[in-house]
Amino acid sequence: MSVPNKRITPQELRSHFHDGMTIVFGGFMGLGTPDGILQELLDTGTKDLTIIGDDTGTPGRGVGPLVVNHRVKKAIVGHIGTNPETGRQMLAGEIEIELSPLGTLAERIRCGGAGLGGVLTPTGVGTIVEKGKTKLTFDGVEYLVERALRAELGIVKAYRADESGNLVYQRTARNYNPMVAMAADFVIAEVDEVVPTGELDPECIITPGILVDAIVLAKEFKNVAR
Amino acid sequence: MLQGKELIAWRAAQELEDGDVVNLGIGLPTLLPNYLPAGIEITLQSESGFLGMGPLIGEPLRNLFSAGGTPCGIVPGGCYLDGAMTFAIMRGGHVDLTVLGSLQVDQERNLASWMVPGKLVPGMGGAMDLVVGARKVIVTMEHLTKEGEPRILKRCTMPLTAAAKVGAIVTELAFFRFIDGVLTLMETAPGISVQQIRAKTEADFAVSPDCHEMRVPVAAAVQ
Repeated sequence: MSVPNKRITPQELRSHFHDGMTIVFGGFMGLGTPDGILQELLDTGTKDLTIIGDDTGTPGRGVGPLVVNHRVKKAIVGHIGTNPETGRQMLAGEIEIELSPLGTLAERIRCGGAGLGGVLTPTGVGTIVEKGKTKLTFDGVEYLVERALRAELGIVKAYRADESGNLVYQRTARNYNPMVAMAADFVIAEVDEVVPTGELDPECIITPGILVDAIVLAKEFKNVAR
Repeated sequence: MLQGKELIAWRAAQELEDGDVVNLGIGLPTLLPNYLPAGIEITLQSESGFLGMGPLIGEPLRNLFSAGGTPCGIVPGGCYLDGAMTFAIMRGGHVDLTVLGSLQVDQERNLASWMVPGKLVPGMGGAMDLVVGARKVIVTMEHLTKEGEPRILKRCTMPLTAAAKVGAIVTELAFFRFIDGVLTLMETAPGISVQQIRAKTEADFAVSPDCHEMRVPVAAAVQ
């Protein structure tokens, strides 16, 4: 059996975008976010997106420019405070925001990729987060039922990949990327470098290549502010 | 003599115990490591995804940031975590202590720290998971709002971050601890009377028989 080479070009990336799609993305306040893929989404004019991830970035970073340019219909995130435009659009009724505690969000995405329908968490009990959710009590502790999240497209940023899609991250740029790589029908990794399959130490691979459908090199994107 | 935010950070730091795994909120709590008691070593967790946060020494390392998004260091023995592990460590009771700011705290041990209805909706971020999971929760905040209203209330009026989780409160005027669920004044800031604290606190509170003035070092060592 031949080992697949999953490399694609930024141009080939575009066939995986369409209006109205749901995208789950890695990153923490724009750190560890695939900036090149996001720029490509912006340049192609893809719109009516539902996005799932940590936060809505800043007006100029992460998924922030997608929000600023009115490409996002709904965002499921834990934090919008670093992008004032998200708050403005929310109050004006131009965007739907579902706020989820970040630990809950991480588990919802993980569940989406792990074949689980959801998770029981004590986070949010006794707060407005519990509104409309099922509560269960085990051994005297109350839990909220929080449902799994999945997307059509998952976009991650990694430090290094091999040609079969195994991924290694760098420092705090890892964050939600490993969960995101499990929770979508098609997963694209933007990486700083690609090495031949077999060169990454199997002990150190964080995301297994079978979860990654395509790899694109960060330096092949033009016009990306970093 | 320490005053204001430095006094709050110093007093909160005296609650740390050797070996504690600690998560510090943004803002004032990040001053705590400056006032660690002698001989106390702690492990700092950062919500950005690692254990072993330390000061930035030398040039910033690529892709190493604190929860506030600023470059920082990692100490020997530190390790990086993914987002699910970061919050599993918080929620799973592996964090001994968190110190965080709040808008309001009430006598039922509730805190409200994440939104001002009609004004500010930044999102709860990781605060709810942290407060639910940390073994001890210490709130550091100014005793009054900018408008001069009490922040320590009978009942929080803003949306809660978590219910019944606060263990202690440090302000520039007072140190309170919840003892058997009762808000109890333990220490007063230098030159502040119990009567003054009562006048600026809406919540009902007991006064510990051992209540005394904070023993603030003349010049707390800034490490």
